[in-house]
Amino acid sequence: MKELVVISGKGGTGKTSLVASFAYLAESCVLADCDVDAADLHLVLQPEIIERRNFSGGKRAEIISQKCTGCGKCAQVCRFDAIIVDKGIYKIDPIACEGCGVCDWFCPEKAIAFNPAINGEWYVSKTKYGIMVHAKLGIAEENSGKLVSMLREKSRKMAEKQNQDLILTDGSPGIGCPVIASLTGADLALIVAEPTLSGIHDLERVAQLVKHFGIAGAVCVNKWDLNPELSSRIEQLTKELGFVAAGNIRYDRTVTMAQINQQSVVEYQHAGCSEDIRSVWNVIYETLTSSQ
Amino acid sequence: MMRIAIASGKGGTGKTTVATNLALAAAAKNVPVAYLDCDVEEPNGALFLKPDTERELNVEVSVPAIDLKKCVGCGICGKICQFNAIAALGEKILLFPELCHGCGGCWLACPTYAVTESKRITGKLQIGQNTEGVKFIQGLLNIGEAMSPPVIKAVKRAAPEAELTIIDSPPGTSCPVIESIRDSNYVILVTEPTPFGLNDLKLAVDMVKALVLPFVVVINRADSGDDQTRQFCRDIGAGIIEIPDSRKVAEAYSRGELAFNAVPEFRDVFTGLLDKILATANPVSGQLERSVER
Repeated sequence: MKELVVISGKGGTGKTSLVASFAYLAESCVLADCDVDAADLHLVLQPEIIERRNFSGGKRAEIISQKCTGCGKCAQVCRFDAIIVDKGIYKIDPIACEGCGVCDWFCPEKAIAFNPAINGEWYVSKTKYGIMVHAKLGIAEENSGKLVSMLREKSRKMAEKQNQDLILTDGSPGIGCPVIASLTGADLALIVAEPTLSGIHDLERVAQLVKHFGIAGAVCVNKWDLNPELSSRIEQLTKELGFVAAGNIRYDRTVTMAQINQQSVVEYQHAGCSEDIRSVWNVIYETLTSSQ
Repeated sequence: MMRIAIASGKGGTGKTTVATNLALAAAAKNVPVAYLDCDVEEPNGALFLKPDTERELNVEVSVPAIDLKKCVGCGICGKICQFNAIAALGEKILLFPELCHGCGGCWLACPTYAVTESKRITGKLQIGQNTEGVKFIQGLLNIGEAMSPPVIKAVKRAAPEAELTIIDSPPGTSCPVIESIRDSNYVILVTEPTPFGLNDLKLAVDMVKALVLPFVVVINRADSGDDQTRQFCRDIGAGIIEIPDSRKVAEAYSRGELAFNAVPEFRDVFTGLLDKILATANPVSGQLERSVER
């Protein structure tokens, strides 16, 4: 079983459009949308949800006002400024609360309820191209890394059960906890870069992260023709990193049109970028299947 | 004193473009302005504002240290930790500092004072100013570190004082974004008129509503894509400001140039955007007078 994770460092470089196209080209796979903050893959693949579960990534504290004597111990020990005193009444700001439970531990009146919180929902769905696991993290919630790890574990189980050899994982932007959670243990990380100075800056940081975790890397350049000079600089950088240069994808308005029509862009056979994406996929598939 | 945060659910919609050009538009009007790059995972503001770094500071987080001579193996530290950052296996204590949230539970609860508070560096701050007079600070999360909120907090704590503070936030809707925008007076949600842009805008709107913050929606590349995003904004009564699609702006962006300087016709676009926002956002109460006219 092989898992490809598609990441980018910088947001909005085309990860999701590319994953949807790869799903179409692979014909059969298990998909995992690990951009749990702002998941979009379902907008293209129109999944039919077959299983829906709550996600609890941690606990949340709440003050039981009848038991609270207002001693202020909780406010004294909380490092996250999550205890609010409103007209003498102690309350917990759920947004500031980190879920550490230190207030609960030290409250002399046992006036704090510290129970598992529901931080979101996750789903197993059917799509045209195979099973997809995806999730919705609740607004202002934490533990996105835990949710990503859980989704990936589920995707591996589903792949085993379905006898699928391929898992396609759509990652999130950045280099922080959800990205780390989506990278660890993957067979190949494809970084989707764009030929801009910020694109290169962000590529360098995320590439270091991929190397830090010892994952094999590949880079493709989206909208390469917006700045051919910077695109060749990215190719050079890819070589220096020891990553696979997976190719360039041209700027094409069909990508937006496909999104509006809930299709993957490679379904538009005559679009120039479709040809480019096919060739990127061939390189990626070759790299994945030839690795041990 | 006004604090404006620039956020978006979806990445790559133009947060940094809006934030840096607004900062420049303010400086051009002699409004004392500070730009805070809170996208500490992938900060890009410096590429455009080109500040001179005057000071560099490390960002430290609290983590436990163990004095095994004092440890009696009671296991309380492992019990109080909610983040699996400390595991007590009888006499043996294992620390996983990268998982630590710095809550202090273990060193407060340890009955023999074997656990103490120690520090670990997870990122750095760069503080300076650019030639146009924009005060600048950015945070940089060290590669391999998972938790950006402490670095974001540090950026805000060390931020230079100014009449107008512009906060460039990371994409998404979870903890790093909340940390960036929570104490601002006003939020600009930048989106694009596509299904992905709309879906993520809806999440971002829910987020600012949960934080009870007034907001306006900037539709970037407004004349590309479809009309659904505009329709959604009208339906919820949100103010809309549009920025037209421009190949010239995209090319200037790719070279690290600001549209405000490089594309003359966009000077007015961003000055107009600044005026609209300053007129709409009320710095005293943090309340938005309903809906910005287009």
